[in-house]
Amino acid sequence: MDQESGAASAGSFISLNEHEQRYYSGLHGLCQADTSGKLSSSKVAELFKASQLPPESLHKVTEVCGAKRLGYFGTSQFYVALKLLAAAQSGLPIRLESITANLPLPRFVGLKNEPEMRYSTVPPSMDAQGAQCGSALGSLIWTTADRNTFRHLEAGTDKKEPWSPPRSPCSSPPRSPLTYRSYPYAKQRNGVDPQIAYESKHSSRPIVQLEQHSSPSKYGTKPTVEHPAMAQASSVERLEQQGVSDYTEDDPWRITEEQLEYYTNQFKSLQPDLGALILGAVAKNFFTKSKLPIPELSHIWELSDVDRDGALTFSEFCTAFHLIVARKNGYPLPETLPPSLRPGFMQHEEDIPDTPESAGPLIVFEHPGRRLNQMDPSTMQRLQPSLTSTKQDLKEESSKQDVKMLATSQDKETLQLGAFPERPEPPQDLDPQMKTKTRPRSYSSTSIEDAMKKAEEPPTPPPRPQKTHSRASSLDLNKLFQQGAPGVKGGWLLPPPALPPRPTASQVTHFIGTSEKSVQSKVQQPNFADFSHFREEEESSVKPEDQGPHSRFGLSTEDLTNPSKQDMTAASHNQPPQKPVRRKYLPESQNLETVPPPAVPFPPPAKPPQKLLPRQKKEIQQAIRKNRETNAVLTRLNSELQQQLKVVHKERVTLESQLELLRPLAST
Amino acid sequence: MAVCIAVIAKENYPLYIRSVPTQNELKFHYTVHTSLDVVEEKISAVGKALGDQRELYLGLLYPTEDYKVYGYVTNSKVKFVIVVDSSNTSLRDNEIRSMFRKLHNSFTDVMCNPFHNPGDTIQSKAFDGIVSGMMVQTA
Repeated sequence: MDQESGAASAGSFISLNEHEQRYYSGLHGLCQADTSGKLSSSKVAELFKASQLPPESLHKVTEVCGAKRLGYFGTSQFYVALKLLAAAQSGLPIRLESITANLPLPRFVGLKNEPEMRYSTVPPSMDAQGAQCGSALGSLIWTTADRNTFRHLEAGTDKKEPWSPPRSPCSSPPRSPLTYRSYPYAKQRNGVDPQIAYESKHSSRPIVQLEQHSSPSKYGTKPTVEHPAMAQASSVERLEQQGVSDYTEDDPWRITEEQLEYYTNQFKSLQPDLGALILGAVAKNFFTKSKLPIPELSHIWELSDVDRDGALTFSEFCTAFHLIVARKNGYPLPETLPPSLRPGFMQHEEDIPDTPESAGPLIVFEHPGRRLNQMDPSTMQRLQPSLTSTKQDLKEESSKQDVKMLATSQDKETLQLGAFPERPEPPQDLDPQMKTKTRPRSYSSTSIEDAMKKAEEPPTPPPRPQKTHSRASSLDLNKLFQQGAPGVKGGWLLPPPALPPRPTASQVTHFIGTSEKSVQSKVQQPNFADFSHFREEEESSVKPEDQGPHSRFGLSTEDLTNPSKQDMTAASHNQPPQKPVRRKYLPESQNLETVPPPAVPFPPPAKPPQKLLPRQKKEIQQAIRKNRETNAVLTRLNSELQQQLKVVHKERVTLESQLELLRPLAST
Repeated sequence: MAVCIAVIAKENYPLYIRSVPTQNELKFHYTVHTSLDVVEEKISAVGKALGDQRELYLGLLYPTEDYKVYGYVTNSKVKFVIVVDSSNTSLRDNEIRSMFRKLHNSFTDVMCNPFHNPGDTIQSKAFDGIVSGMMVQTA
């Protein structure tokens, strides 16, 4: 490589941005470089002619880029030439200095309507490129990873562009990331294929024809064949160009927002309810349209159907779809699910979870912990989006409190709803657990648990947000948060108030147990009273707080202790099991955190134990509310079970009567 | 550790056969085929008792001097046959049962796959993996 040309190329390489690099490499491939890196001059000449520049400019370009001197087009010369072409097309003089300018991509076969207009700003050129590449996308159907086809189709099918605009609005934006994703993926451009295949039902034959037509010279045969594919592809490419700028990740297995949106649309087309399942047969028909071989589809199914129920939830569907897309892009199928496609990860990304429906089981889970074993893992998966959604919906502190309380009430195993960073791990833990679970957890089972769960889900959600809002996000916590805002940023403000009651709870329960501790309680109560009085404006109307001021005035603390005692006894059996677990999540540091924020509103007399008591009361009341809810749920369960029992009894009676009838016959 | 594992369809044609010492495959194929007779006999023997409470695990079908053959039948008359080496005496009945259970589970997974047509040979990699895990690790 000549030094001058090298310098020129160096200069050009420096200024090549991402788009240009890709475009140029595509063109480079198009010109069929041989092993030594020289480009076929005929192809280059064709390309130059396609740029619709006057011949003298082309000569100038060739001269400036150094190819004329060399006698051939090397890579660098080619790139310099491309930049010069772009410069020439935008009206700049053909000189090396023009290369450093911020140029749009050069346009070829500029039978495009107004090339100059498109060069005014980058986005229009992007559109132009998009339209161009749209036709190129028709070539994407070609399973060959040949860059020639890509660039070449764009040259050849520009005349089809008039079709693209009318079609572009129809295609869904989310398809773009799939194609743009195809770019970084080993420079293969088959990403659009799945969408094209799905959208156009008659795509099979065109695809086959396209696969056969690998030579770049078949412009004529392209029109009808590529029309459906290209039309949709064009819009995709348009958006793809916009999406290119968003490209940040290198992980091919990660699903972007646009992809997610697209998958959601596709899911909705099959199954309107996002929380429901796509049956196996439906999914099979759908994925068969992707024209992947059946064994591969079978393998993809095995990878994506993690709960092995023969149906796809939304996340499973996204996983499968994404695997198909990746496979179409030429990526080999993995043996196991990549981490970014694991159900937990998917749940994390989901912003469209079915909130109210799956918020329900969160309460159900509190009580029937053993039923976790029988719960469908997919429901559990949904719980995680519900958790994310509830966290998004509710205020952060209150939601965290709920999560923690929920976690505390759950015994163990699958839903380890600890701190947020733990999220990715529990789902992965879920995976092996789910795989080892026995069969009867399939969705097709009409088990009692399913019916009961579904019955429980709808009624329970409403109380939850209200409860938290009424309780947590109302005066006290809001003020707390405001007061503690400078100190606590992480939103852990609420959990600290939730935790500290533990020592006092134990103390109070202890007090309940032994009457000798009444003195101790009385000692606490005045503190409690002082504290509650101080904060009475913040507390909601609960008896203890109401009596706070009374006790402050020296009234008998028994009044105060009685309600608190009732609360404690009512909730004590729940408190002890919950609180130790809660403590596990929030170490003493949280307790320390409680000190600064309340210290702000409270004068020095406020001591940590005093602060704990009203919060403890809040906790108790929340626990009471939750218990009531679980009670309601259980009573409903009970009634349903009673009904079923009656049915079974009736059946038994009928069977016995039949036996009676048969017995005399058998004996004789 | 099994020497050969086979899945036979209801119509008594093989859906999946894999044996470890691949050079002696024909011998194992023959063994599995002859074991089908024993399986049928056992099925019919238990069949008169209502059938739905039939034990899935058939146990030792018959021993030869070289190896033992165990059988397992699903409710859809799909038969699993495991051939183990006779010299491998450490394998207890429970282990064989657990192997069959694993086989059954992964077989169900394969069946649940909508892209798998019942009656096709099993080409699932997951199933292969499970089977490989159960085979003798030599060769």
